[in-house]
This record gives sequence, structure tokens and C-alpha cells, in this order.
Amino acid sequence: MSSVEFRHLAVKYGRREVIHDFSMAVASGSWVGLIGPNGAGKSSLLRAVAGLVKHSGDIVVDGSSLSLRSRSRRASLVAYVPQEPILPDEMTGREYVMLGRTPHIGYFGHPTKSDRAMVDDVIGRLGLDDIAPRHLGVLSGGERQRLVIARALATEAPILLLDEPTSALDIGHQQQAFELVERLRREHGLTVISAMHDLTLAGMYSDRLALLHEGTVVADGSVEDVLSAKTLAEFYGVRVTVHREDDGTVVVVPRREQL
Amino acid sequence: MLREHRLSITVKVSLSVFVLVVIACTGTMTGPAGPEWWRVPLALLERIPGFGQSGLGISSGVTEREWSIIWDIRMPRVVLAGIVGATLSLGGASYQGVFRNPLVDPYLLGAAAGGGLGATLVITTVGSDRLEWPVDPVPFVAFMFALGTVALTYLVGASFGGLRASSTLVLAGVAMVSLTTAIQTFILQRNSDVVREVYNWILGRLATASWGDVVLVLPYVALSTTVLLFHRRHLDVLRVGDEEAAALGIPVARVRLTVVVAATLGTAAVVAVSGLIGFVGLVVPHMVRLMAGSTYRVVIPLAITVGGAFLILADIPGRTLSSPAEVPIGVVTAFIGAPFFIILLRTRQVSR
Repeated sequence: MSSVEFRHLAVKYGRREVIHDFSMAVASGSWVGLIGPNGAGKSSLLRAVAGLVKHSGDIVVDGSSLSLRSRSRRASLVAYVPQEPILPDEMTGREYVMLGRTPHIGYFGHPTKSDRAMVDDVIGRLGLDDIAPRHLGVLSGGERQRLVIARALATEAPILLLDEPTSALDIGHQQQAFELVERLRREHGLTVISAMHDLTLAGMYSDRLALLHEGTVVADGSVEDVLSAKTLAEFYGVRVTVHREDDGTVVVVPRREQL
Repeated sequence: MLREHRLSITVKVSLSVFVLVVIACTGTMTGPAGPEWWRVPLALLERIPGFGQSGLGISSGVTEREWSIIWDIRMPRVVLAGIVGATLSLGGASYQGVFRNPLVDPYLLGAAAGGGLGATLVITTVGSDRLEWPVDPVPFVAFMFALGTVALTYLVGASFGGLRASSTLVLAGVAMVSLTTAIQTFILQRNSDVVREVYNWILGRLATASWGDVVLVLPYVALSTTVLLFHRRHLDVLRVGDEEAAALGIPVARVRLTVVVAATLGTAAVVAVSGLIGFVGLVVPHMVRLMAGSTYRVVIPLAITVGGAFLILADIPGRTLSSPAEVPIGVVTAFIGAPFFIILLRTRQVSR
């Protein structure tokens, strides 16, 4: 269980600032969905947490700044699932999940018996026993996605960052992947921060949504508050209808310009 | 290959060491001159205290002249071929891993081109006078030029690198290699009398191998091998890309620099004593992957043993086929390696 707090975070690529003065507190064990049009800064924000881009301001995990931690300590706190993970064709599923143990292995060290036991356990719990001995190159999109999540889980990091994790999957596999993350969040108390394109899915799984536009938060709060036709029209420049189902699900339906 | 490889890494490595030893023995026992092959092990045993005349009484019937062929000519040649093959193929595997590019060989960043330029400069400026020098300056200068060229490539590549450091380095390598080769061509064109000598150097040779050469390269090769063996796990992590490796806590830039420096040191040292032997560094790592799997935990140790065995084997026809003339070793490696590699690729496709 770990909380994340952003304090005046700013990210620059050269002279262009893509995140300006971003502050937000993410409660331990919650799921925050980052939404916003392309180029709004969702990925940059996640990359800053993963330590892949330089940033100013602070990212505080459990009361102390991430930038004060060593590279491998940071990696053992934050697991990062990129938008398009690279899965080497010739690597087996098990070898791939084993890479998740990297933050726990010393520079000249090698996986120990307990690392292998941990990996077998993750593979078992995610039902990947059939997939684990096979080469990544022959697996389907859904199987690959589950291995990517398994690798993140193998790091034992309490914070999970997902960057558009399901953009390459069909609707069924999208749902499967999100259900899996949701199950793991409940079982392990993971804190999840995910960038999402599909607004309906974002609303279904997140406890809280943050709408980013040009590097700043323009709306932040419960799903009902953020997903309003007016807000979406303003920042996405789209015409949508927002339905509320009886069970509380918020459905965002795009509308044609002219009917 | 859909299944995980069943043999454990220890078994694979032991097996390859066994093959290496068998091939090294074959190499020592065959040659255009010298005693019958079966006398060679006897001659070796005879010289171990306690086994010879005063002890067990083993007598090989090998004359002093024949012994000198075994000990001073064949053995250093076999050992050097083993070292050169192992180092080039290890360097190739490491370069391929660190650049995530299967078409890369250890000469990518200019180790060969730089060495070639250094050798050309010495041969053209000092000429045959150098044969009277106490130490032949060609290996030393070739070594320094090989290291210098790679260092320059790294400086150029890293200064423009930024996020895509690895592909920028490869491009910087291409630029440096063409520049160095152009200078070498220009020098050769103005000194056409030494073209043959330089060309011989470039084709690579093990013919003049002595124990001195072995001692000369050994420290660099040992250092390079140790460092690369320690980084085989990092090479596996790098297979998922710089970004993900960094997110997993690997210091990517430092690992890449360390691996490149270590592989270059070994490559430059063997280039200095044996010239430019092609094919080994590019293809042996792939042979290993096709036979034993792609994880660097296996590829790195097996690149060493298989690379060594491969070059010792390639050297046998090189010195016996058209004796007393020699077929350049670089030609033999391609002749043996290319068909073998094609067969391997083919059987692999069938098994998929």
C-alpha cells in the first residue's frame, strides 16, 4: 500500500514544457485514470514517475521523494507498463516475467531460488502456466498483455503505472486485462495510475479521473463530475452524449456532427 | 521451437567445452608437417615429469624437430585461433545485445577499420625496416588505432545521442568506418608497392602465431571476457528496450558503455595480432542462438566456446589443404560458416 503525491511537477522536452505545475495526491490503493486528448501529457506524467524523463518538482511516495531513491529502489516501488511494450520474439514467457525481478537482483547478482519461486507463483496465479514455456513471438495480443501485467506484478511494486495498456486489444481482451488489474489491485492493495483513451472504460474502473489538457489538470474528481458532456466538448472538441446506467456506469457516446 | 529448451545451461556449457577440447586436440594432431597424429599425445605425455623415460617409460619416438613443430608452431596457433575466435564471437554477441541489432559484428564501431588504418600507416611509413626492430610495431599501432577509432565513434554518437543513443551510435559507426577506410584507401593508392602486404594483413592470418602473441593478447582478452560474462543478465534485460530496462532499474547508459568498452578491448587486441577475420563475430552468436536458445545466460558463455572451436576448426583446412601455401583464414570461415548457417536456419524453420 503506497500513496503518491505530485508536488508542482513540471516536465520539459528541450524547451517545450509538456507538464506544468502538476499537483495531486493519489490515495493508497486507489485507481486514478488519466484522460485527455493526445499530447495532453498523460504519458509524460507516467514516464516522470517511472524515472524515464527528468522533471522538476517532487513525486513523493509514502512520505519521501522518489528522486532521493536509488534507481533499483525506485524500480521496486513503481512498475511501469508502456503503451507498446517490446516483447522479444525469441524470449519465453517465463524469462519475460523473470525480468520483473530485476530491481531485486544486485548488479552482479543472478536470480535466486526465491526469485524463481516468486515468478512461478505469479505465473500460477494469473493462469499463465500454458503460456510460460512458449516463445513470445507466437503468442496472441491478449496473452502478451497478460504476460506484461505478470512482469509488472513480479516486481512486487506497490504502484502500477499503465500507459494506454489496452490500446492494441479488442474489446473482450481490453475488459479481461482491466478486470485482471482490478483483481490484483484488490488482492495486493496496489495503487494504480493509468492513462486511458476509452472514456467509458476509464469511468468503469477508476475511482477518480483527472482530465489533462496541454499539461495541466483541467478537471479532477469523481467519474460523474469529470465525464460531463460540457467538459468533454470543451477539451476534446467533440460532441458526446453522456448516459448514466442504472448500476452507476457512465457511458460516453460520440455523436455525429450532422444527422 | 515452441518449447523451452530442456537441457540446463550447465549441461550446454559442459557439452560445448567438450567439443572445444576435442577440436583443439584435432587441431594439434594434424598438420602438413610433423609426426603421425597419434604420436602427438604421447609426445606431450612424455614431457610431463613422471611419465617419461625416468617414470612410466612412455616413449613417443618424436624427434626434437618434430616436437618443435608441435610445441612452437601448432600449439600456439591452435591456442591463438581459439582465443581469437572466442573473443570475436563474444564481442559480436555483446554488440548485438547492447545495440539490439542482429546484423551487428564487433567491427561495427570501427575496431577493424581503425586497426587496418593503423597497420597500413606503419607498413607504408616504416616499411620493411620494421623487421629489424626489436618488436614489430604493427600490432601495437593497430591496437591503438582500433581503440582510438571506437572512442571517437562513441564520442560523436553520444554527443548527438539523447534518447535514441543506440541507433545514433550505429550511424556514427558507419560514418567513422567509411572515413577511416577512405583514408586507408588514399594512403594505399599513393603507396601501391605495399598493397599486397597490407592486403595480407587485412585478410587475417594465424600462420605466424607464436606463444608471444598469445601472451600479448591474453590480459586484454581475459579482462574483456570477465566483464562481459558478468553482464550477461543485463544484456537480457536490455532486450526489452532502453526505456523498459531503465524502468526496471538498469543503468542503461552505463551498462552499454561498459559492455562496448570491454568488447572493444578484446576485439582490438585480437585484431592487432591476427588481422581482420570476418564472419566469426557476426554468425557464431546466431549459431549459438539457433542451437541453444536466445537468453544471454547461454549465448555469452557458449559464444566463447563455440567461437573458439569454430576458428580452430576453420584453421585446419586453411593450413593443410593447399600446403605449403595458406588459404586465408577469413576465406575459410566464410566457406565453412555460410553453408552451415544456411542449413541451421533451414532446419529451424522446419521445426517451427
